[in-house]
Amino acid sequence: METVFKKPHALADVPFHYCPGCTHGIIHRLVAEVIDELGIEGKTVGVAPVGCAVFAYNYFNCDMQEAAHGRAPAVATGIKRANPENIVFTYQGDGDLAAIGTAETVHSAARSENITVIFVNNAIYGMTGGQMAPTSLVGQVTQTSPYGRKVEAQGYPIRISEMLSTLEGPSFISRCAVDSVKHINECKAAIKKAFQNQIDKKGFSLVEVLSTCPTNWGLSPVEALDWLRDNMIPHYPLGVYKDIDKEGGKDGE
Amino acid sequence: MDKVLMKGNEAIAEAAIRANCKHFFGYPITPQSEISAYMAKKMPKIGGTFMQAESEVAAINMVYGAAGAGVRVMTSSSSPGISLKAEGISYIAGADLPCVIINIVRGGPGLGGIQPAQSDYFQATKGGGHGDYRLIVLAPSSIQEIVDCTTNAFDLADKYRMPVMILGDGMIGQMMEPISFPDNVDTKEIEKPWATTGTQMKRKKNVVNSLYIDPKELEDLVVARYKKYDEIEKTEVKFETENIDDADIVLVAYGTTARIATAAMRMARAEGIKVGLIRPITLWPFPKDIIAETAKKCKCMISVEMSMGQMIEDIKIAANGACPVEFYGRTGGMVPAPAEILNKIKEVM
Repeated sequence: METVFKKPHALADVPFHYCPGCTHGIIHRLVAEVIDELGIEGKTVGVAPVGCAVFAYNYFNCDMQEAAHGRAPAVATGIKRANPENIVFTYQGDGDLAAIGTAETVHSAARSENITVIFVNNAIYGMTGGQMAPTSLVGQVTQTSPYGRKVEAQGYPIRISEMLSTLEGPSFISRCAVDSVKHINECKAAIKKAFQNQIDKKGFSLVEVLSTCPTNWGLSPVEALDWLRDNMIPHYPLGVYKDIDKEGGKDGE
Repeated sequence: MDKVLMKGNEAIAEAAIRANCKHFFGYPITPQSEISAYMAKKMPKIGGTFMQAESEVAAINMVYGAAGAGVRVMTSSSSPGISLKAEGISYIAGADLPCVIINIVRGGPGLGGIQPAQSDYFQATKGGGHGDYRLIVLAPSSIQEIVDCTTNAFDLADKYRMPVMILGDGMIGQMMEPISFPDNVDTKEIEKPWATTGTQMKRKKNVVNSLYIDPKELEDLVVARYKKYDEIEKTEVKFETENIDDADIVLVAYGTTARIATAAMRMARAEGIKVGLIRPITLWPFPKDIIAETAKKCKCMISVEMSMGQMIEDIKIAANGACPVEFYGRTGGMVPAPAEILNKIKEVM
């Protein structure tokens, strides 16, 4: 009988700790499928964040390092500069990448560090119990914005993909979502390109993935997917924000 | 080999390169900037990495990544910058990674000043970051000694899989002295089978990590690390002594201050006052045995420091009441003159 679906080799055969309905599992799988398809598991080194994906070092079969909160791009820089033949990726959440690690994110992108960044944006701090994130939407109720995020007090959410695409450094910036089969397929293609760009020494790539947090959003998994579609995508439009292959030149001429 | 005239900061950089450190991540801060400048010039010529990071925080985490990837790696800074690196140093200790960290100490606290100080002794020898851990701390007192300490620092870091700090002060960093580098550096690079270099699909994956959710597992790891520290305390202590056999008063001083204390000792001896000197070269492991032994024979010890009195606590613990331990220090970037120390010697007699 033909095998049409199996666990990617790059994904470890261990139980994940993620909550029911959380889309981290899908994103892990996409990264692992891409690693398998590109045949790079043996030379890949992943960097796990602090946050929900902290145990990612247990979930991928490649070599892994666990970084301090927000520092994954700096750790990845150290790994890549030490052994440039390695394929190095980080897997980070919104608190990690867009709050405490903003400097590392911006500067690794500006340096065009030849790494791949997977940015999981679920608009909340999940691991610590649902606090307001830099990407929480205006009006969004969280543990630390119990009356809804108010612009006067807490300002506006950060659009990382748009912000980074203003830099000359990145080779590829794309925002995807994992709320539907179509979007998941697009997301996989973006992740694959982000790894291929590193193989081709094109420099920094980042794929922002809009993801759900049913537990801390207080919604069922299905309702969470609807919430992502109805609330996140309008604020965080999907699409390719930077692609040096399509610009015909560094300055987009 | 021929002698060359070099600043302490430049000697550190050159000695590191000769010890096969090809990766340096730093951030500008006075009075250590010559280390970065030297690395920026030399590293591209030897196929190494010089990186001016976006912050001290990023620099130490780049060190974490590179150390985990198995290469010899170094960062350098001065006091306020070391405070910023403290989180990363704790992670490096917790992940059992070897690296070398240079602190060319300036006056503090806060932004402090830019003149020489030794007021980061506590931070260096008691950890500085969070958690149960140690750094090996080396304190050279001459530019020539910097060369030996730097080579030694990389060997110790690799041997024990832990961060090693060279604690200098602004004077050691900025002073020029004629030095020579050995023709053949006696450095012991070892295999690092734990490094994240990619599995090549030939071995199980390596993980560099300091997170252990199970408290028993974490306790066991920390206890094992402390057994390693016990071993280091037995085997890696380094110090020098002068005139301690017949001394009534024994000065204890390290780094730049040890040189000034040596001058004060000679002045005292010329006046017939029996003064000796103990100069710790390793601040951790602290040379407690020689302190304990000497405290039983002398009438008084004086800790001489460019701080408000930090090493004195370790001296008192080691002396364990066998003799009084007095203190003389200047701080904030003020450097004591030999005559000031001589006055203190006369005061305690």
